[in-house]
Amino acid sequence: MRIFDPHIHMSARTTNDYAAMYEAGVRAVVEPAFWLGQPRTNIGSFVDYFDGLIGWERFRAAQYGIRHHATIGLNPKEANDPRCREVLEVLPRYLAKDGVVAVGELGYDSMTAEEDEVFVAQLALAREFELPAMVHTPHRDKAAGTLRTLDVIRDAGIAPGMVVVDHLNETTVAAVADSGCWMGFSIYPDTKMDEARMVAILREHGTERVLVNSAADWGNSDPLKTRKTGQAMLDAGFTDDDVDVVLWQNPVAFYGQSGRLHLEPVPGFDDTAADVSGATFEGNSVLRGARA
Amino acid sequence: MTHPWTITAVGDVTADPKRISALFPAAGRGVGRDPVDPERDPLGLVLGTADDAARASLVQAFIAAADDEAAAAGLAELYRYGDDAERRGVLCGLNAEAQATDANAGLPLAEPIVASGRELVADALRTNDPRLVAAALGAFAAAHLDQHGWRHGMLKALFMGIPLEAVAGIDERVDDELARMAAALIAERRAAGRDISADMTRLATIQTIPGA
Repeated sequence: MRIFDPHIHMSARTTNDYAAMYEAGVRAVVEPAFWLGQPRTNIGSFVDYFDGLIGWERFRAAQYGIRHHATIGLNPKEANDPRCREVLEVLPRYLAKDGVVAVGELGYDSMTAEEDEVFVAQLALAREFELPAMVHTPHRDKAAGTLRTLDVIRDAGIAPGMVVVDHLNETTVAAVADSGCWMGFSIYPDTKMDEARMVAILREHGTERVLVNSAADWGNSDPLKTRKTGQAMLDAGFTDDDVDVVLWQNPVAFYGQSGRLHLEPVPGFDDTAADVSGATFEGNSVLRGARA
Repeated sequence: MTHPWTITAVGDVTADPKRISALFPAAGRGVGRDPVDPERDPLGLVLGTADDAARASLVQAFIAAADDEAAAAGLAELYRYGDDAERRGVLCGLNAEAQATDANAGLPLAEPIVASGRELVADALRTNDPRLVAAALGAFAAAHLDQHGWRHGMLKALFMGIPLEAVAGIDERVDDELARMAAALIAERRAAGRDISADMTRLATIQTIPGA
């Protein structure tokens, strides 16, 4: 099973997770820029974080045979803090980078006027840089927030095929399916969505435009939820090809619209994802001594 | 053979040095990222990658086209706002310039560029990324890094398993103090029951010529 996790916050995880993900078949990830748990208070805090996403984290992932990509953006929660707003001015620099495959995470947290403004400005950046947009849906008042999100996307004039609306559930999937946007599902241990519910949604809506992610971060989450969802699909009678569509082909098609995916095997990890049993790190002699 | 993307990009930077800020991040997309010699150097640490070569050419064109102060500030900015590959590209450009200077003695790299380059090398040597550390220990550091900093860079290369083939100027700069440091590393690794590399032994046993 080859897996592309289209939404995972690896800088919040350990190298044990990278090793376990590789073993499970994960060969590529997208790490969206997001909130850190502790609110940021100045632009420098963002800049160092963005530098980490396109530098150290990409390197750390490659040491474990995984291709790391990022989305860059000002998250909605911090869009409400005037001290963080000036980060909008540095975004163009990052949106030109290799391995930056979308603008995001965008969207709403508390649905304020400030969030509206920052959301619209970043959708315009996505159009300008010809990048997809990754939009999350709010934790609170999710159904209303999702509808408002879809209105803003429509008004912004960005092609719906260039947008993924993430963290969907049974109450929000239909509206997003109808909009033409991609549908993202975050499989969590006990909130958002689980494997069995995901299988039911796939039965009802099919695999087209569906992205499944672990959204693993520093909270209660599991970076192997992609693999577990693939297994749940197989157990429910989906074919290997269906699983490959959801866990590999779809994220490649969506983020491939950036023209900036880098999916060749990492040197020293030239195995096929279908057979990960013989995977070792031994071929990677130079990196062996410095694995982070 | 120089890649057509690089030829065009070098022409653009020569005509308008500011263009480098847009072209630098795009080099990997333009020329690819494969190692120059995948057989001998599969990770591109020793001979570099296709995008390293393209960025080095851009840096050289930039230094030639901009005045010294602007070039020094521009390189610092490319590095500061660059991702890992771009930062390596700046270091590769400095190495290419240092090599070119070496080949045409009498045309030394301008002092503002050397001062800026030293700061970038020091930054790269503080990272834990072997590609940056290896590029930081190239021809520019061999020519311009202070002896203390250079020794510690070399020791770091041993720690990280960077092949000494990837670093420049060993024969010119090695001294008894570095040999002592390498020998101490070997003693420490023996005590811990860990492997000793041929590169560690090479530096620990290298013969320096008194007075040379």
